[in-house]
Amino acid sequence: MADNALLYRQLYQIRRFETVLIDQFKTGIFPGTTHTSLGQEANAVGVLAHLQGDDVVVSNHRCHGHYLAYGGDPQALFAELMGKPSGVCGGVGGSQHLHWRNFYSSGVQGGTVAMAAGMALAEKRAANGTIVVDFMGDGTLGEGIVYECLNMISLWRLPILLVLENNHIAQTTPASLAVAGSIRQRFEAFGIPTAELDSSDVLEVLPLAGELIWQVRAEGGPRALIISTARLGAHSKGDDTRTPGELALLWQARDPVAIQGARLTESARMELEDEVNTAVQRAFDAASEAVGGQR
Amino acid sequence: MTETAPRTVLDSLNLGLQRAMQADKRVILLGEDLLDPYGGAFKVSRGLSTAFPQQVLTTPISEAGITGMAGGMALRGLRPVVEIMFGDFTTLIADQVINHLAKFHGMYNGAVSAPAVIRTPMGGRRGYGPTHSQTLEKHFLGVPGLRVLAPFNVMGGVPMGAPGQLLYDAILNQDKPVLFVENKQQYPFKMMEEAYLAEYDLSTYTGSGEFSAPCYGFRIKSAPAADLTLAAYGYMASLALEALRRLAFDQEIFCELLVPTQLAPFELTAVFASVARTGRLLTVEEGTFSMGWGAEVLARTAEALGAGLTSARRLAAREGVVPTAPDLEAACLPAIDDIINRVREMV
Repeated sequence: MADNALLYRQLYQIRRFETVLIDQFKTGIFPGTTHTSLGQEANAVGVLAHLQGDDVVVSNHRCHGHYLAYGGDPQALFAELMGKPSGVCGGVGGSQHLHWRNFYSSGVQGGTVAMAAGMALAEKRAANGTIVVDFMGDGTLGEGIVYECLNMISLWRLPILLVLENNHIAQTTPASLAVAGSIRQRFEAFGIPTAELDSSDVLEVLPLAGELIWQVRAEGGPRALIISTARLGAHSKGDDTRTPGELALLWQARDPVAIQGARLTESARMELEDEVNTAVQRAFDAASEAVGGQR
Repeated sequence: MTETAPRTVLDSLNLGLQRAMQADKRVILLGEDLLDPYGGAFKVSRGLSTAFPQQVLTTPISEAGITGMAGGMALRGLRPVVEIMFGDFTTLIADQVINHLAKFHGMYNGAVSAPAVIRTPMGGRRGYGPTHSQTLEKHFLGVPGLRVLAPFNVMGGVPMGAPGQLLYDAILNQDKPVLFVENKQQYPFKMMEEAYLAEYDLSTYTGSGEFSAPCYGFRIKSAPAADLTLAAYGYMASLALEALRRLAFDQEIFCELLVPTQLAPFELTAVFASVARTGRLLTVEEGTFSMGWGAEVLARTAEALGAGLTSARRLAAREGVVPTAPDLEAACLPAIDDIINRVREMV
């Protein structure tokens, strides 16, 4: 039985973190740029709830939600985004290049799939039941190395769950202009059993991801999960070319925070949000006050 | 598979792999057509899949994929060794090497290491034509976080021979990603032993840490002071050594030859010391002329020695494709006579 309050807390924490991030970018405290996972929080929370032991997570440029759902420290992430020595990677990695415990992200499309496949090969050889979860997007499907790796992942029966978050847009290019044919059949053509879900509801992601991860563990072979989702924010900070009307419809229908929030009583939800708001603010303040620059 | 002292560069490399796989089960070979009886296109991996069936993965034709996977394997504790069948195909692994393998340690703030070795044969003179004969390592020199090594066929006072030892150390005794550049013409070369080297003074300069790959220095024994320093690596160093010998015995022009086995990061202490004696430097490489290894060696030597460097030239492959026809191919690549002629122009 899923704990609705706990799930909501996780979803809301990611949302709050990234809302503060976007708001505070205006002040100049964050250098460079960032990619948020607004609208895709249910994927991070629903999939990573099933991790055990030393399970490995490989993520991409849109990785904050995955990092936080993995259990990463918000203060260390804020500090990383501020370029502080106290950041996850000492400010070197920044928004896209995080490594903490068994969590790794990187910013080149496609290459992370190879990295994840290699990790799965290493874990298979170690034979200790550890699996790899790899997040990619519909945009990633344009990279040739993905298909090299799907082939080898299947050929060598590597213990990996490939999670394809199909938000139907790659930066500004709609999937209709970039992805031909069937995404599902891409995986199935390589003999990787694949499940599809069109939902932003964590209560739908959770059990399906759980079943697939159980299968990966039990059989030691790969599975793919395609989640049709919605990117509610811009690609990075403010570079959205979609119309306000289009976005409003997505917010109305596909906001995982609102969907899960509706399952809580108003007072329970408010209380929980207050707690998270305070914690996120504390993390932001602590990161801001941390020693910067001088190393 | 070699059991006794290696006779050739090929034997030595094979022995280095064999010893590394024997010493550590985390050493995993990946590459195309590696399985016996074939044992890889150039046979460096021969016998290994029979001796260590659990440690050899023959792969599809997916250079980028297997190199990228080697990155993930290395991050999770394995010691992968990737064989790229032809050096020409390193273009296919460039993103994996530059943006992944070589980046991990730095971009994750030193918290990880990615000790993967990519072995590949470069070079022409086999008539394999424009896409199977190139020398492309210059594109990987100067990539932060990446070591580029090139073996040379001396025994080096070690049982498996210097090429095998260099490879063994790259696999097991250091933690950086390594591009290990072999040369097709080098494979059958005999390992130079003491008796063969009797007419030379051989010195070995060894730095420390990530600069511990040796740089060999050759001069004719009891020769007068040298007038010029030759710098070359791999197969070109073998040609340069023969040029050095002929120049000495046929024309009484004396040179020193410096043979680094580490191309990047650059460690040229021994080259500087030699040029400080001779004042002249000629670099020889099989890659094309522009923006090559020699350009960097010359620039660094000029920075280090200033007016102490009085004459400097580079010899390299002609800019263009490497043709298939033997006469055209030979005209394109530096040969012993080219080295001799260039030295004569300089002294």
